[in-house]
Order: sequence, then C-alpha cells, then structure tokens
Amino acid sequence: MTDMLLPVAERLLAPGELDVERLNPLLARLQAPGVDGADLYFQHIISESWVLEDGIVKEGSFNVDQGVGVRAISGEKTGFAYSNAIALPALEQAVDAARSISRAGQDTPRGQLIAAASVPALYAADNPLEVLSQADKVALLKRIDEATRSLDPRIQQVTVSLAGTWEQILIAASDGTLAADVRPLVRFNVSVIVEQNGRRERGGHGGGGRVDYRYFLSEDRAMGYAREALRQALVNLEAKPAPAGSMPVVMGPGWSGVLLHEAVGHGLEGDFNRKGSSAFSGRVGQQVASPLVSVVDDGTLAQRRGSLTRDDEGTPTQCTPLIEKGILKGYMQDKLNARLMGVAATGNGRRESYACLPMPRMTNTYMLAGEHDPEEIIASVKNGIYCKSLGGGQVDITSGKFVFSTSEAYLIENGKITAPVKGATLIGNGPEAMNRISMVGTDLELDSGVGTCGKDGQSVPVGVGQPTLKLDAITVGGTA
Amino acid sequence: MGSNKQQTAEHAAETQGVGPQDLPRLQSLVAEIVAQAKQQGATACEVGVSVNQGLAVNVRRGEVETLEFNRDQGFAITVYSGQRKGSASTSDTSASAIKQAVEAALVIAKHASEDPCAGLADANQMAQQLPDLDLYHAWDLHADQAIELAQQMEEAAFAVDPRLSNSDGASVNLFQGCRVYGNSHGFIGGYAGTRHSMSCVMIAEANVNGERQMQRDYWYDVNRQSQALQSAQAIGQKAAQRTVARLGARAVPTAQVPVLFAPEVAAGLLGHFLAAISGGNLYRKSSFLEGALGQRLFPDWLNIDERPHLPSLLGSSSFDNDGLATRAQSFVQGGELVSYLLSVYSARKLGMTSTANAGGAHNLFVSHGDADQQALLKQMGRGLLVTELMGQGVNMVTGDYSRGAGGYWVENGEIQFPVQEVTIAGNLRDIFANVAAIGNDVDTRGNIRTGSILIEQMTLAGS
Repeated sequence: MTDMLLPVAERLLAPGELDVERLNPLLARLQAPGVDGADLYFQHIISESWVLEDGIVKEGSFNVDQGVGVRAISGEKTGFAYSNAIALPALEQAVDAARSISRAGQDTPRGQLIAAASVPALYAADNPLEVLSQADKVALLKRIDEATRSLDPRIQQVTVSLAGTWEQILIAASDGTLAADVRPLVRFNVSVIVEQNGRRERGGHGGGGRVDYRYFLSEDRAMGYAREALRQALVNLEAKPAPAGSMPVVMGPGWSGVLLHEAVGHGLEGDFNRKGSSAFSGRVGQQVASPLVSVVDDGTLAQRRGSLTRDDEGTPTQCTPLIEKGILKGYMQDKLNARLMGVAATGNGRRESYACLPMPRMTNTYMLAGEHDPEEIIASVKNGIYCKSLGGGQVDITSGKFVFSTSEAYLIENGKITAPVKGATLIGNGPEAMNRISMVGTDLELDSGVGTCGKDGQSVPVGVGQPTLKLDAITVGGTA
Repeated sequence: MGSNKQQTAEHAAETQGVGPQDLPRLQSLVAEIVAQAKQQGATACEVGVSVNQGLAVNVRRGEVETLEFNRDQGFAITVYSGQRKGSASTSDTSASAIKQAVEAALVIAKHASEDPCAGLADANQMAQQLPDLDLYHAWDLHADQAIELAQQMEEAAFAVDPRLSNSDGASVNLFQGCRVYGNSHGFIGGYAGTRHSMSCVMIAEANVNGERQMQRDYWYDVNRQSQALQSAQAIGQKAAQRTVARLGARAVPTAQVPVLFAPEVAAGLLGHFLAAISGGNLYRKSSFLEGALGQRLFPDWLNIDERPHLPSLLGSSSFDNDGLATRAQSFVQGGELVSYLLSVYSARKLGMTSTANAGGAHNLFVSHGDADQQALLKQMGRGLLVTELMGQGVNMVTGDYSRGAGGYWVENGEIQFPVQEVTIAGNLRDIFANVAAIGNDVDTRGNIRTGSILIEQMTLAGS
C-alpha cells in the first residue's frame, strides 16, 4: 500500500465501520450480469471562505461534505447512485440502484483490489486551511484591504476573499484499481470599484493553486493581486467603446488561454468525439490548426490549480499532446470513453464530487511557445485589438462557435497599442480560428490560478495558458 | 435493511420517496440545531435543512446512456454573536456533526468584524401565515417508464427530418425535495416541492456551400406537475425542428439593427434587470441602476410584477430566505422603477425596508401587448430574431452588454435564413428604454415570464 492510501482509507471508511477488505464484496455485488465496469468513489471535503467588504470581515463559512458515488457501466450505459452516508446499508442501497442499469448479460471477470503503484505527489497532503490561524486569515484580509484603499483616492469599494478546500478521495474499481489522493486548493481574490467624474468601473484579480495559504504571503502575492485589480479598473475608466466587426486580434499571454480552452479544448474531450458531436470528431491525424499551433493538456504541473496526481478514476495524470504543429494528435479520455474508442485513458476522468458522474475534462490546457517576439506580433497589426485580460467564455462544440469576453483590451493602431476599449464579446468558429493563427510568441505564460470550467452542470478547477498570438480575423462585438 | 439484498431500486424509491411526510422530522431537526446553537452561546441563529431525491435518465440513439438516482441531505447554519456572524454547512446531520458545525460557525463569528447591519429581521416581521401553495406533485414514474418516455421523445425527434444525423440525448428528470427554514425567533417554515423536466438535444448535419455543417439545438419543458408538461413527442419534435432550422447558418454584415429577443432568451434580459436592482449589487456600488429608483427606465406601458403566492408555480413561496412573508408587488409600474429587490441585510445597508426578496424574486410577470411573434417580426421589418445567446458579456457596473448571438435574419417581416457567429451589443439602460413591444408568446417555464421583446436598435457585429 502507498503512504497515502492507508490514512485516507482510514479517514473515509472507518467512521462507517468499513475497511478496504469490505469493498471487494460490494464491488462483486455491483457487478451484476452485463456490468463490465464499476467503481466506488469515496470523498470527504472540507472548505472555508472568508469575505471582507466595506472594510470589515463580514462573513465566513465552514463546510463539510462527504459521500460515496457508486457507478456500474454496461457497454455505453451507466447506472449511478450516491449517498451522503458512508456506511454499509446506504452503500448497499446505492449499489443496488446503480446495478439496475443491467439486468442481463455476461459476467465480467473482476480483479481483486490492488493498491495502485505509487506516483509522485504533485502537491502536499497537509490541510491547507490550518497553516494560518483564524485570526491571521482575518488580519491578512484587513491588511490587504487597508493597503489597497491607500493606493488611490478613486477607490470606492474593495472586496477581498480567501477560500480553501481540502479533499480526500478513495477509488475502488472492478478493474482492481485501489487508489487515493489528498488535494489542497486555495485562492485569493481582490475586486475594486473606482469612480472618477461620475463614471464607475470594476477591476479584479486573484490567484491560487494546490498549495496552502502561505503562498499568498510570500513575495507579497496577495498585494500583487490588489495592485493588478486596481490597475485594470483605472484603465477601464479611460476605455472608449470597442469597435464592431471582423478584425485582427492579438491575444496577450497567460489567462487569454481561455480562448484555447473554448476554441479547441472542449472539442477535444473524448465523450463528444465518441458520440460524433464535436466539430473535431474523426479528425485525428488531420490538420486542424495553423502549423504554428501546438497544444497540450498537462495534469502533471506541480501545485497548479488544474493539476491532479491522479484523476477521479485513479489514473495518474500525464502531459497529453492534443495538437502538434497543427495536426490533431488525440483526445482527452476518461476510462469509459477510452475503452469505447479503443485508446488509453489519459488521466482526464474528473468529477465535481461524489454526487456526479466522471467525464473527460481538461486539467491545465495550454499552447506551446512559438518563435515570434511579442512586440513584433503587435507591430504587425495595422488596425485591430489587443486583448490583455479576459472574462469568461463558452463554446458550442457541435458547430464550433465559441465566445470570450475581454476585461482589458486596447486598440492597435499602426502597430502600436493605443486607447483602452470597453469590454466586448468576441465570437468565432474554433477550427477556423485555429487556422487563422498567423503568429505565436515566445512568451508562454500560465494563468495565476483562478479558472473554473463548467460542463453538464459540473464545475472543476482548471488551468489555461498561452503565449502572445495573433488571430488574423475574428468578430469583435463592440458598439463603435 | 442492509440484509435485504433483493430490494430493487424501484422498490427503494417507492418506499422512501421524499415528501411532506418528511417535514415534521426536518422541523424537529431545525429545532434541535437552533437549540444547540443557543446552548453553545449564539445570541441568534438561522438554519436551513433540506432533503432531496431525484431520478435522471438520459437516452441517446435509442439506448440508455445514464440512469442516475440522487438523494441529498444537508443543513446550513448562520450564527450571530452580537453583531458578528459566522456560517457552516454539512451533509451529515448526526448529533456530533451538528455540534461541530455550530462550533465552527461560532469560531468564525468570533473572528469576524462587528457589522451593524448583521442579524435576523425583527421578530414581528416574521411571516405569520404560511398558505399551502400546492407545490408537491410526485410523479409516479419508474426508471423503466422514464427511459421509455425519453426514447419516445428522441424517436419523435429523429422522425422529423433525415438530416438529423445524431442526438446528444433525450432526458427525463424527476425531483422531489423538502426544505425547512427556522430561526431563533421561533419562526419555522417549510415546504415539500417537486420539479420535473424533459429535454432533448438534437444534432443535424448537411453540406452547406460545399462544406459540412453540423448544428445542434434543443427544447425542454419543466413543471411541478408532470401532467402539465408538454408531451415527450412534442418536445422531441420541437427540438428537431429548431435544430434543422439552424442548418445553413451564417454571419451577416455589421450593422445597427432592431433585435427581437425570442421568449426563451428574453427572460435573460430581465434577469440582468433584476440583478441590477438587487440590494447586494446596489450597496456594493456595483449596479448601473444605483439611484435609479423613481426613474422611468422602460416605456410607459411596461409593468413588472411579482406574484409569489400563485399555486403550483416553480417560483412560488410563502416566505423568503429571511423568514419574511412574500407578497404580491411591483418593481416596474408605467415604465418607472418603483421598488428595488431587497433582503433584510441589503435593506439595512441601504437604509430601506426589505421587500421580502432574500433569495430572489418569486414568479415575475412582464406585461405584454396582443401581438404574437409573427406580428412582432412584421413590426421589426428588417433585423435579427435572436434565439440563442452565448457568453457572459454583461458588465453590471456599467450596464455594458455584448454577447454572442444566434438566430434568424428577417426582411420584410419574414424569416430569411439562420444566422450564427454574430454579437449584439449595447448598454442595458438604452436597451430597456428602447423596448418597442413585448409579445403575447409568453414562455411559462421559468421564474421570469415574458413574451418576445423587440428592441428598437442594437449594434450587430458580424462579417
């Protein structure tokens, strides 16, 4: 058994008078005739959040959730049930509900549970919430609030928040997988409202990762978020209406990787491609992007928000090439879709919680650096837009249409960044947009650790990244 | 129970359906948690307890894809220590978990700041009468029957047109739940409710100008009463017709044009309005409608009314999340903003009185004329009918609005061809002021009931 497995199994199973040995008969019961895959997913998660606004620490909350998700797979069919109670009667009831997906069929041989070979942990197993006392958390929020307010008299409102979770999971599957993971996740956000001559604007920034709260204290990171939030708000005070229509757009490095996440990321998730519902379905080996474009999904980056030592099916994560020099190399897979498509799982089986089914999801998805100097990329545009920071995005993976909204953008005039423009939504078609990437910068950056991705109602933390790049044409949804 | 290995899922659902019979148990749980909080020294507290049960089936290309049985429980507590506040929640309702949650909330309250606006509403403000709003209508449908219904829905969809090459699934969802709220004033209120839905997502494929084009669209219905749902066949057919109609979609040139929001997206426009008049955004100086009370925001024929006590509607509730009695009221009368949307806390922050909207609005009705969508298309003449919006491009601080859109190009009051890959933009204040008409084609599925909304002019960005 690995170091982690024993304490996690003890923490999750012992209170309900269960142990790993007793999971074998439960899995046997779950494997009704015709069931060819099954798993039990135990989860215990504690989380807290603290919010300061109007100069006072107004509220905090502490939450505990635990439960077990029970899944039985028969071909392409999945039966699923879950319970908040981790104890035998409730588990048996969930097992019987999930196995009802299959009433007939062959018995599939089942592996005895074997502790998974250990893989190097990408983050510490300690509770990240306990490294600071409650008094110190409150003091941190107050210090950042006061320091932020003193930066500029135009500040009207400051909101500072600190949040952390500590999650322990245990997976037992009919293929013999027995694996555990302990995952910390923290984030810190600052939002400011500024006012000048009756005009108000907001700016926000934050960061975090699979680290503990001390991360925000080192290098004065928390204050860095505050300065960035203020800078963005002040820029927006000067913003004029964005133009409307199709034009060249230069995306800045880092968080702008939202573009990539929407334009190609979702379309390369295994489930959509198995079902043939993605604009990228059946295109492995084909040119789907400009030859300048190489994209990976990498769950193995230490301490990153989107990283996982193992995914929620127990598969170790990996760095998966998705697009290499414009050629589609493969999809992101969970176990179900990998089996049905006859390929290997890639460590992308993720779920929001025990109460949801796992599916192929991104981890940290980014474009590799290219060869152009970022200055040169901007200088190449006569009239267009430079997007420095984005809000959210969305994609329709079937038609390939995707959108993202700018939160800090500027006009480019005669190769120079000039006036800031108001937030606008940009819309394009994923495969088309990827082919219109004509320059890729040397300055790959990953985001600061605030991304959350939603799919089928399930939210999971993700990372994005991108070097500076140029899209020859995309529709900018301004008003001017 | 653990030894009865023959018990099937269907049987379990029958014998243990969540419903009104659970209310007494949840009420005593609330009382127990309130007592525990007082015992540990909270000066005041409020507690919400819920238990939910659901069944969800998804069928794709005739085969079951997922069959999910859901059952949740949990509680959330907020304690006050004088003017300091702390919260906790857990899915474990054992005595020891209750004790720990109360402790955790009190520790947070100890470290939080004094907030002069914190605290429960006054005891005399608590709802006195809790009328039965007929919210619980269990759907006696077994998993096998739900699967069959989903299959019928998808089959009806595929039968509409041969270009429907694929499906992203037809689903049937059943939900029943109980929620009880109580606080240290002795108020306790709760209700059992149901929500059932059916939806279908189809994919169509065709060659358009020599290029393969794939489109998706969907339709759904949702109701507390299963017998009030549209038939599975009707939902499937509507999803199919909408999907096929998207084939051949293209961008149109950038222009200033009138825009008609179909009812299924028009409600979102009013959702932005509600967010802008809600207390939380107002006291945070984060709303473009701060200080707009008494101003004429919409044309003078437009009213927006809340009707919380209508029986069986999805948004109906006799009390809000603060325990205050909800009431019929108006937010917009004759185009004028006559009330903000306030909870006890946000009202105190603004020096106003709560409108019993902690947790949001309950059944919002938007006034409309006699024209149907066809007539509104005629009125528009040339412009964009929007049936789909994408992205989050709405800035609540400034009211700036810019979203991805899909729909149909209209000339001479007639639909010409489907449109995609365009954006529509403007400022919400201008958009509200430029409402030219609202149709009688009211979408009754959501909490906000409105017909199609015609906006005189917006910026459309396209090719």
